[in-house]
Amino acid sequence: MSADRVGHADGATKIVLRGRKVVGGCAEGEAIVTQDTISGWGGINERDGTIIERRHELRGRSFKDKILVFPGAKGSSGWSAYFHMTRLNGVAPRAMIFNKMTTKIALGAVVTRAPAITDLDRDPLLVIETGDWVKVDADNGVVEIFKRPREAPV
Amino acid sequence: MKLTDQEKSMLQGEQGRAKARAMDLLVRYGEALGAERLVETNNVAGAFNASTPSVRELAKKGFDAVYSELNLDSPEIVEVPHMVANTCQLITGIDNERWRIQGISEDLADQQKQAEAYFGRRGINMFATCTPYQVGNVPVKGEHCAWMESSAVVYCNSVLGARTNTEGKESTGAAALTGRIPYWGYHVTENRRGTHLVEVELDVDDIMDWGLLGYYLGEIVDDEIPVLTGRCHQPSLIKLKHFGAAAASSGGVEMYHIPEVTPEARSIEEAFGGNAIKDTLQYGAAERRIAYENLNCATDRKVDFVMLGCPHNSIDQVSLIASLLEGRKISLNTQLWVHTPRALREVADRNGYTSIIGEAGGVVMSDTCPAISRHMPRGTKVVATDSAKQAHYLPAITGVSAWFGSVRDCIEAALTGRWNGGLA
Repeated sequence: MSADRVGHADGATKIVLRGRKVVGGCAEGEAIVTQDTISGWGGINERDGTIIERRHELRGRSFKDKILVFPGAKGSSGWSAYFHMTRLNGVAPRAMIFNKMTTKIALGAVVTRAPAITDLDRDPLLVIETGDWVKVDADNGVVEIFKRPREAPV
Repeated sequence: MKLTDQEKSMLQGEQGRAKARAMDLLVRYGEALGAERLVETNNVAGAFNASTPSVRELAKKGFDAVYSELNLDSPEIVEVPHMVANTCQLITGIDNERWRIQGISEDLADQQKQAEAYFGRRGINMFATCTPYQVGNVPVKGEHCAWMESSAVVYCNSVLGARTNTEGKESTGAAALTGRIPYWGYHVTENRRGTHLVEVELDVDDIMDWGLLGYYLGEIVDDEIPVLTGRCHQPSLIKLKHFGAAAASSGGVEMYHIPEVTPEARSIEEAFGGNAIKDTLQYGAAERRIAYENLNCATDRKVDFVMLGCPHNSIDQVSLIASLLEGRKISLNTQLWVHTPRALREVADRNGYTSIIGEAGGVVMSDTCPAISRHMPRGTKVVATDSAKQAHYLPAITGVSAWFGSVRDCIEAALTGRWNGGLA
């Protein structure tokens, strides 16, 4: 088994993933998860951290102060510049967790100066759901996920 | 990451604070990538301008502060020395001469001109276009470059056979001052080989069809490397410019091969270079229809604004537009802007194309485009364009709705004020 799953005192289930540090540091917060790649320039509003791309799963939602979990970057070379501006404007994500390494996302994560992790031992897009509480320790390559309690299916 | 003595010397500040900060960024970036070393580059294309309102506050502290923060990710303001590498400026947010027509404020236009003067003296050549390869920066096969602008990157790798990743404002800022960029991704031969075989089952010949093919493929292959076979007619610079721009908008395509056309693919076998084919895709009428419908988000046929020249038009494209407009007048309810690099605008002026377009009621713009500047004619709700890239981004950035079609459809819309385009 590649990830630990243990019961947690408050009833939430904790899952631990391990990966590679992209940008060091620690952060925790609520996850916002998308299966769609994200454009920086032309894909986000750098003033409020919302996704603006037409036909994007998260259109209209903001990643401000969230743990952003996504497949990777696409589109314009303005990716880093726009995530850089989200930091200057105080609307950056608290951390980034992603699958596909590209120059856009590497540089973007570096200049956002938020902890970032990739190459996890399980697909974070399958394990983490929007609303889960996530702790990122990028220095040690560890992601802890506290599942949000879900309503039982009727 | 392994650094040479020269690189260590820069990092340690022996060659000034700006180079130390530049090298610090390159090391953080290279380590994030997992790169083992840097590679020398003497061809940098970046964005060093101060043409957007968001730069205003920084610009009050001077252009060293702008460069330090936005081009080096440096919290310390460093004095910017002369560039080490050959460096050019890509597209900006302001046409230095027609900023009033764009609706730009005078103080922002002044700020941009001052920034250009400041950076220009330090060796950043003011091409001010998204297509440096149209105005003299044509890297040679195998040349290591550090370019921004996704449409230029895919052209540089695929059509020219030069080597660049999609760089950003900060990495190009650092590369220009150090002559270095991480040796990773498309700098490495093994990473330039095809991954997906694309069987083109219908004729792809005109610009619109190259745009549709690119837009469809980008969404499917994302940032992998398609190899096109089948009924692609011999392309030209213009067609591949539109194809790559579209594929780098719907997805992240930075490289493709067309056997017998592009330089690293004399054959399908060479294009894949021993790579297993991950997937074979068909592109026929149904796929073309999907791309077309994904691009056309407008419903109102009344067109307020026609945008041509994304990526910036070649002189042939400006010539065609002039010939379609000659002796005619565009609708009073519609505005037409044609975008071309300033160096080519000189040619358009000499040839009389600018006058013909102007007499018809259109404007020839340089240095910028509406997606970058976020400026369009006042009150624009519906845009028509021949660019898949612009049709992709303008609705997201500005909230307008867009029609995408051929340049003839677009000129027709400018003349009548109505969209009558469609898939033939």
